[in-house]
Amino acid sequence: MGTYDVAVIGAGHAGCEAALAAARMGKKTILFSMNLESVAMMPCNPSIGGTGKGHLVREIDALGGEMGINIDKTFIQSRMLNTAKGPAVHSLRAQADKNRYHIEMKKTLENQENLHLIQEEITEIIVEDGKASGVVTRTNTRYGAKAVIIATGTFLRGKIFIGDSAFMSGPSGLAPSIDLAENLKELGLSLRRFKTGTPARALASTFDYSKMTEQKGDERIVPFSFMNELLERDQISCWLTYTNAETHRVIRENFHRSALFGGQIEGTGPRYCPSIEDKIHRFADKERHQLFVEPEGLDTQEMYIQGMSSSLPEDVQRDFYHTIAGLENIVITRPAYAIEYDCIDPLELKLNLETRAVKGLFCAGQFNGSSGYEEAAAQGLMAGINAVLSIDGKEPFVLGRNEAYIGVLIDDLVTKGTNEPYRIMTSRAEYRLVLRQDNADWRLTEKGYRLGLVRPERYERFLKKKEELEAERQRFETTKVTPAQVNGFLEALGSSPVAGGISLAELLKRPEVTYENLSEVDPERPVLSYHTVSQLEVMIKYSGYIDKQMKQIEKFRKLEEKRLPENLDYLNLEGLRIEARQKLDAIRPVSVGQASRISGVSPADINVLLIHLEKMRRSGGGES
Amino acid sequence: MDMKCDTIAAIATPLGEGGIGIIRISGDDSLEILNRVFRPASGQPLKSRMLTYGHIVDPESGAVTDEVLAVYMKGPKTYTAEDVAEINCHGGLVPLKRTLSLVLRGGARLAEPGEFTKRAFLNGRLDLSQAEAVIDVISAKTDRFFDAAIDQLEGSLSKRTRAIGNKIMDILVEMTVNIDYPDEDIEELTYEKLTSDLKSVIADIRKLLSGAGSGKLLREGIAIGIVGMPNVGKSSLLNCLLRESRAIVTEIPGTTRDTIEEYMSIKGIPVKLTDTAGIRTTDDRVEKIGIQRSKKILGEADIVVFVADASRALMDEDVEIMKGLSQGRSLILLNKTDLEMVTKPADIEAFAPGIKILETSLISDDQAEALEDAIYNMVGEKTEQSAGGSVITNVRHENALREALSFAEDALKGAEEMQPLELIEIDVSGCRDALGAITGETTSADVIDEVFSRFCLGK
Repeated sequence: MGTYDVAVIGAGHAGCEAALAAARMGKKTILFSMNLESVAMMPCNPSIGGTGKGHLVREIDALGGEMGINIDKTFIQSRMLNTAKGPAVHSLRAQADKNRYHIEMKKTLENQENLHLIQEEITEIIVEDGKASGVVTRTNTRYGAKAVIIATGTFLRGKIFIGDSAFMSGPSGLAPSIDLAENLKELGLSLRRFKTGTPARALASTFDYSKMTEQKGDERIVPFSFMNELLERDQISCWLTYTNAETHRVIRENFHRSALFGGQIEGTGPRYCPSIEDKIHRFADKERHQLFVEPEGLDTQEMYIQGMSSSLPEDVQRDFYHTIAGLENIVITRPAYAIEYDCIDPLELKLNLETRAVKGLFCAGQFNGSSGYEEAAAQGLMAGINAVLSIDGKEPFVLGRNEAYIGVLIDDLVTKGTNEPYRIMTSRAEYRLVLRQDNADWRLTEKGYRLGLVRPERYERFLKKKEELEAERQRFETTKVTPAQVNGFLEALGSSPVAGGISLAELLKRPEVTYENLSEVDPERPVLSYHTVSQLEVMIKYSGYIDKQMKQIEKFRKLEEKRLPENLDYLNLEGLRIEARQKLDAIRPVSVGQASRISGVSPADINVLLIHLEKMRRSGGGES
Repeated sequence: MDMKCDTIAAIATPLGEGGIGIIRISGDDSLEILNRVFRPASGQPLKSRMLTYGHIVDPESGAVTDEVLAVYMKGPKTYTAEDVAEINCHGGLVPLKRTLSLVLRGGARLAEPGEFTKRAFLNGRLDLSQAEAVIDVISAKTDRFFDAAIDQLEGSLSKRTRAIGNKIMDILVEMTVNIDYPDEDIEELTYEKLTSDLKSVIADIRKLLSGAGSGKLLREGIAIGIVGMPNVGKSSLLNCLLRESRAIVTEIPGTTRDTIEEYMSIKGIPVKLTDTAGIRTTDDRVEKIGIQRSKKILGEADIVVFVADASRALMDEDVEIMKGLSQGRSLILLNKTDLEMVTKPADIEAFAPGIKILETSLISDDQAEALEDAIYNMVGEKTEQSAGGSVITNVRHENALREALSFAEDALKGAEEMQPLELIEIDVSGCRDALGAITGETTSADVIDEVFSRFCLGK
C-alpha cells in the first residue's frame, strides 16, 4: 500500500510530534493510529506543563514542535508556577480542553503536507538485513518505510485493573495492541511491564463548590509558544479539597481489595504518581491529602479528580470519594483504574533514540519508560528528527545536558536507565540556571532552523527578539542614572539609596527592582515583546550565577567532546574493571562524558579509557 | 568527575629523604596558585623558567612558613605540556606537606597517583610504550583506593562526615521538593529554617575541621614543647631524640625568635620539637625568662615534656612550671639519674599528680627509645581525644571539608539575603559533593530517591 520515508506507530503526544517533525523536514510520512478519535488524547490529567515539564514544552516549541502552539490554542486556564522562587524554575502550566486539544492537533496533522494520518493497527515491523523497512497492519496490508518509529504509549499489551477485575485494554476503554508486542520480542527487543493509573471523573453539576477552595488562573496569561505574545481568554477555575480520617478509614478497610496490594499488578509504578491507597499505605501518619478538581473541557460536564488515582473496586471508590468535602454527592462518570503496559528498557537505545537491535527503528514516549505527555512529545520530536537524519545519512541530532531538558531527559533514559516511569524534574538538570524556559528559543531555535524544522516566520521572530534583546541589554548597561533620579524610587521600594551614578543594569540586579517597576526611572524605554523582557530580566539579574554555571559547562563539555569509537572492544580493554567492561559494552556510550555517567563506571575506569583513546589515536586506529 | 583539566598538585620527590623536596603544580591555574602562596624576595613578578628565591606565605595569616626556590614554566614545553609550577622546599615531610596544603587551599586539586604522567601522555609528551605503565598505575590505584575507602568507612571521620552529609541531604531534599512540587501540600521551606539548618551544618564542619586541629597532629606534625630550667638537660634530650631518629628534617632559621624548632619523625609521626635551648643565660633574670617561655610553650604545644634535674632539689620555678602541666598531654623527665638523686619521683608526684614520669640519664640509645615510646603512646591518646576519634590525616579530606565549608557559607549568605532557592541550591549541592568526596557517596539521583521516600507527591 505504498512506500513512505517514515512510518510512525501511534498518534499520541510522541507520535504526533514525530510525524510532524518528519513531514516538516520534507519526508513522506505515515502516522498510524488504532482509532483516530484518540489522536493526541490526554487519557490522564487535563493539563500540560508544570515544573520541568513546562520547560520541555518551551523547548519543543523552540525547535519547531507543535505542543506549545496546540496548548496555547486550547487551554482553559493558565498559571505560572513557582513565581515565589527565581526565574530559572518558574514553570508554566495550563489546563487543557482535552477534546479541543485533540481536535486541533488532528487538524494540524490533517493539514500537514507530506503527512498521511490513517486508522490502522500495526502488528508487525518488517526488518530486512537488520534494518527496519516497513510495517504490516492487522489486515495484512504492508507499508514500506525507510525508518519506523514506535510510539505505542500504554497501548502495548495494555491491561486495566479495577479492584479484582483485570482485562486487556488500552487507556480509557480503547482497544489494546497485542500482536505487535510479540513481534517486537522476535526482533530482539526485551520488553518489560510498567504501570500507571488515573483517578475517577465525575459530573461537574454534582460537586459542592462551597466546600472547596477556588483556584483561578493567572490574570496575566503567559503563552507557551514563542510565536504568541501575552494572551487574553476567559478562564475556568479548578477546586482544591482534602481527604480526611473517614476517607482513609474506608480505603484502609479495603486495602485487600486493591489490585495493587492483591499482587495482580506486576508492573512498576511511578513513585511520584502513587494511587491514593498507596499514599495512605506509605504515609500512614499523614492526616490528609490534597486533591484538585479540574475541568476536562468546555463542552463536557466531566471533572478530573487530581491526586486520587486508584485501583480499588468501583463501590469502594464511590464510598471514599463521597467522604470528601465537596464530593459527598458526586456522580462518577468513569471509575479510576490502574493500567499496566509493555515498554522497552531504554538502555537498549542509542542517544538518537534508535534501537541497537534494529537499524532504522526508533522509539519514543511511554514505550521508552517515561511518563507524561510532555516527556513523550519531547522524545517524539527527537525521534522524528533523527529518523529523518538517519535516512539522509546525516549525523544524529543529540542535545547535551547543558543545552536542554530534552537532553537531560534522553541522556538519563538512555545512559542511566529507569526502574519506574521516568518524569522530568528541574533537579535532574545540572545546569538549571542556564536551561530556563525564557531562553529556550535562544538555546534551540537556531538548531531547529538548521534542521529545516523551524519555519521562516518563527526564525525571523527569533532574530528580531535577539536583536531587541542585545540592544536593550546594551542600553541597560550603558545608561546611567543619578542618585537624584533614582533615590526616591529606591526608597519607595525599601531599597538602599545610591551614592553616585549607577547603570540600569546594576539597579536591576537588586531583588526589589524589576524591569517593570524600573520604568518609573526609565520612562523612554522601547516597547518590547513579553519574551524579550522576560529573558532580559533574568540575564541581567542573575548574570553572576549564570556566568559561574557557564564555566562549569565549559568543563563538562571537554569530556562530552571526547568521542568513543562505536566499535570499541570494551570487553578486552586492559585495566578496566569487569563491571565497567560489561556496562560499557552494553550501553556503548558515544563520549567519555556519557561513559562517566553510567552507573558502575568509576573515575579510574574513565582514566583508563582516556589512555586507551590516546593510544588508539596515536596508532592511527582510533576515530577520536 | 575529577579528570577535567583542572590544576593539580602533589609532592614530586620521594618522601622523607633528601635535603630538598619539590611540589609540582600543573594546569591552567598554576601561575595563579603559585602567586597565591609564594612571595619572591625580590618583589618582582615571576618570569617563566627563572628559578626565583622567596618565601611561602600563608595567605590567611600572612605568616612566612618556609623559604624556597620556585619556578614557573609556561606550557607546552613542560613535563605535562601544561603550565607547570614547581616549588623547591626544605625536604622534610612537615614543611612539604604544609606548603602542599597551602597550594591546595590556593585552588589546586591533589593529583591522583600517576596523574602527572597521565597528563603528559595524553598531551603527547610520552611515547606509546609508556601507556601500559600509566594504565597499571591507575588501575593499581583502584585497588588501593578501595582498601583506603574501607578504612575510611570504618573510621569515625567518615561517620561524622556522613552525619553532616545527611543534614545537607535533608536540606537538599526539602529544597528540591519545594522547587519541583510547588503545588503540593508540603511545608514551605522558610528562609529562617534554611538559615538555621545551614548554620548547624557550618558549625559541624568547623568542629570537625578544628577538632581535627587535625591535619596538624598527624600531618603537619605534633608540636612537642620541651620546658624546664636551664642546665637540666633539655639540650641533651633534644640531641638524644635527634640522634635516635636520624631524620633531622630541617631547621628553619628566622621563623623562630626565642625558641628553636626542630622537625623529626617518631615512629612515622611527624613531630615538631620546640625547645628553649637557644636561650642565652647571661642574665640573672634568666629564671624569670625561662619560666615565661616555658609557659608560652605550655600554652602552644600539643605535648609538653618537662625536664627536671634529679641531682638537685626542686626550685620554686620548677614547681611553678609543673603546676601548669596538664594530664594527658604532659610527660615529666627526671634527668641525670646517673648522678646522686636528690629529687625523687615521689617529690615530683606531689606537684604533678597523674603525670607520667620517666627517669633518664639521656646517654644511651635505649633510653631514647623508651622516651620515644612514651611520646608515641601519648600521641595516640592525644589524637583519640582531639576530635572524638576523628582525625583528619589526609590532605584530601581536609581540603574537601574546607571546600564544603566554603560552599555552606556561601549558601548561608544566600539564605540570609533571601536569594531564590534554586540559586542557594547550587551552593548546597556543592557542599554535598565536597562531603561526598570523603565518603564516596551521594549523587543527585539519591536526592530524588529521598524526595519520593519522604514526601507524598503525585497527581
